[in-house]
Amino acid sequence: MFQIKKTSLYLGAIGLLVVPLSQADEFTTADTDRWQQQFMASVQQGRELWTSPTLGTNGVACAQCHPNAANTHPETYPKFQKQIGKVIPLWEMINWCLRNPLEGVPLAADDPKMTAIQAYVTYERRGVKLEPGKH
Amino acid sequence: MSTLNHNRRNFIKNSSALALGCALPISLVELAFADSEKNFSFAYISDAHIQHIKGTRFVRNWDKGLIRAVAETNLLAPKPDFVMFGGDLAQLGSQPELEHGAEIMSALNQDVRYVMGEHDYYLDLGAYWEKLFGPQYYSFDHKGAHFIVLNSIRTYDEWTHRWPSNEQRMLEMAGLDNPNGSPFMVGEEQRKWLQSDLAKVAKRTPVVVFSHSPLQKIYKGWNFWTEDAEQIHALLQPFDKVNVIYGHVHQIQYNQIGNISFHSVMATAWPWPYPSSYAQAEQYLPKLTVPMNRADPFFERDATGWQLINMANGNVDMNFTLYNNSARSVRFNKANKQPEDSRYQEENTRIPGQQHY
Repeated sequence: MFQIKKTSLYLGAIGLLVVPLSQADEFTTADTDRWQQQFMASVQQGRELWTSPTLGTNGVACAQCHPNAANTHPETYPKFQKQIGKVIPLWEMINWCLRNPLEGVPLAADDPKMTAIQAYVTYERRGVKLEPGKH
Repeated sequence: MSTLNHNRRNFIKNSSALALGCALPISLVELAFADSEKNFSFAYISDAHIQHIKGTRFVRNWDKGLIRAVAETNLLAPKPDFVMFGGDLAQLGSQPELEHGAEIMSALNQDVRYVMGEHDYYLDLGAYWEKLFGPQYYSFDHKGAHFIVLNSIRTYDEWTHRWPSNEQRMLEMAGLDNPNGSPFMVGEEQRKWLQSDLAKVAKRTPVVVFSHSPLQKIYKGWNFWTEDAEQIHALLQPFDKVNVIYGHVHQIQYNQIGNISFHSVMATAWPWPYPSSYAQAEQYLPKLTVPMNRADPFFERDATGWQLINMANGNVDMNFTLYNNSARSVRFNKANKQPEDSRYQEENTRIPGQQHY
């Protein structure tokens, strides 16, 4: 017990000397700017996918029916979709569109493209209050 | 009106009869001209967006919308006097798209007149479209009314000629929400022509103007907009009764500005959101408009359709044939001097599907 404590203190001292440990909660505006840039890069990728004729197989793009991602209502998900018969998150509805109007292949839930599409759709809806479940 | 709705519902129910090719009678509403020679109807099909994939393949969904409109229009009895096509026959203005669209339209039994849409125009500035369908703007008379067709989707010359290729120009204008787009306009050349065309028309003659873009300013971001709308209004202002019928917006809109009644038509291809549902938009949807139902994407023809239009006493009455929804009818109310929905105009008669957010 004593031995372990002594070793951990020793390692901690090394750590302090070699790499200055950052404090968990003390992020700066430089950090938040960088995080925002990361997010906006994903939004930008999402916009490109949204307007791309090659996301599906028939040349149809998401933006053809949803200019500026309007009528996608990310603020209402998860919600009950009667045609699917259960409560679903937004990404399942995106995949429904990929399979049907776009005649394409669905994306995995954690596919970076799926993340980017959701980032774009949600960004276009910024400022709108959350209303989960709403129709 | 309920007669029309009722019959139309039955007609939709019986649409399997389409396959048999038999003509189903559809009663038209009683027309109200004193002179019955001047009572007539015409059909209006618009925004088919025929989209080429490659070779002989086209997007099936959009093909089906136009095929259905053509088949149903052919079943009208009594027959409409003529058929209008309101623009955007093609998606990217290519010869295969225009030819495929023209082939589907060729099944119509009536004469068809065409309006130019931006998706038909911006590849070759309407050259191939003109070969197939005739001049880009023109007028004609029918049973005492004067009809005018404008190409309202032109834009500033600097924009039209700034692109390295015609294909890129077409793609830039085809994206409805593309910030690189440019506002639609009729332009000086056609305004001069319109002025001289109208000079020959008596002020009490009912005037009907067909354009692709709304000849009013609703939302610039999606080109629900015509840059020189006020100048067109001024030219139309001296006439007793003016009706403007436009496509482009893929949704029901109507409005009254002075002596001019405005009506949009549905697309056969797909519906568009109302601009009010884009949270970042500053938009001016006419307050008079009772919106169409929000589309159910699981019915691929929902919120699409075509129109039967009656001319009655110089005003147009719109009858919307909606494929997966109850028919809508917007008629001119003489007392209020404006178009009104025959069923949903009062606030307390509206249904949840008409709320857009």
